[in-house]
Amino acid sequence: MNDSQGILWEVFIQSKPGQPHKHAGSVHAHDNEMALQNARDLYCRRNEGTNLWVVPASAIVASSPEDIGPFFEPSNDKVYRHPTFYTVPEGITHM
Amino acid sequence: MNSLKLDENQLIENFEAKLAKNEMIEPKDWMPEQYRKHLIRQISQHAHSEIIGMQPEGNWITRAPSMRRKMVLLAKVQDEAGHGLYLYSAAESMGISREEMLYQLHTGAAKYSSIFNYPTLTWADMGAIGWLVDGAAIMNQVMLQRTSYGPYSRAMVRICKEESFHQRQGYEIMTVLAAGTPAQKEMAQDALNRWWWPSLMMFGPRDEESPNSAQAIKWKIKRETNDQLRQRFVNQTVPQVEKIGLIVPDKDIKWNDAKNGYDFGEINWDEFWTVVKGNGPCNKTRIAAKIKSHEEGAWVREAANAHAAKINKNKAA
Repeated sequence: MNDSQGILWEVFIQSKPGQPHKHAGSVHAHDNEMALQNARDLYCRRNEGTNLWVVPASAIVASSPEDIGPFFEPSNDKVYRHPTFYTVPEGITHM
Repeated sequence: MNSLKLDENQLIENFEAKLAKNEMIEPKDWMPEQYRKHLIRQISQHAHSEIIGMQPEGNWITRAPSMRRKMVLLAKVQDEAGHGLYLYSAAESMGISREEMLYQLHTGAAKYSSIFNYPTLTWADMGAIGWLVDGAAIMNQVMLQRTSYGPYSRAMVRICKEESFHQRQGYEIMTVLAAGTPAQKEMAQDALNRWWWPSLMMFGPRDEESPNSAQAIKWKIKRETNDQLRQRFVNQTVPQVEKIGLIVPDKDIKWNDAKNGYDFGEINWDEFWTVVKGNGPCNKTRIAAKIKSHEEGAWVREAANAHAAKINKNKAA
């Protein structure tokens, strides 16, 4: 059956030059070019962006919610990665 | 990766704990089957409403009274299309396909807001719709920005931001007509008379007649009840009617100090259920028009498919 709505793409918008791209939502399209145009029509009707990425949703690899503990845990016990872990003599600035 | 197999009770407990902390539920999180079902129904019907909602207003684009009004109406109808698409995507994240939702709409298995089954007879109806229909929708959608399902909530935030002009442009149309010739003012009043009650019906049955509401509130899908939202809409809208010199078509409208709100008359619930069940003035023409446009667009989807297949083949070669 040819009556397809195309595949699902995830849309990422850069709001200003220099800013990171941020997930905006998804869109259906049949090919790269149409995905970009549909994303522009759907997510950039009010000057929302200066650049767009579209990625086939099936290409995204995501961690799973059940992993929230074990997967991210290794960073929990490494407080020495944060500047507040260290003491500096009183009166020292610019550090 | 998770070696612990949680049983159903623990899963429900975790789910409810998340809700209690006002954390959002995301697509891959475990959720009760009923929660998923409830949201697929609600979000897809919301999407269908945006799409069908283009018809009553699209009806007047070619007859808008000025270039300014025409540009505005066109932009508003385009927004509605966009809002439908945001919502379809949110529903898809729960595991239903776009094709399945369209099939449900076309076969009558899925409903959409009954308000769009009323005809748009005069230009003033464009004013009344923007002001009252979008106004009522916004009231509901502002609440839904805090709904517990992440993709739905994010779609609502975007939609609310975009819709703020919709209501204003409608009220502006009514303001200008109400200050115009006697015939123009009469046209505005007539539109208000026809759209007032259906707009109040948009909030759905009374709380005691709405069995799904309690569950929806427990799951934080909804944060307020139909009657609460309806009351707030009346409180907010009556002064707007008076401001432009029109009359609310309800003889029972009266300020009530005790409840700090307006008392208002009884909705015609027979009419409400008649339209919900498919026998409103425009139910059949709306769906017929939707199916026709879908069928007439089939060649575009076929061509797009063929083009995509060709590109992929060239890439592989």
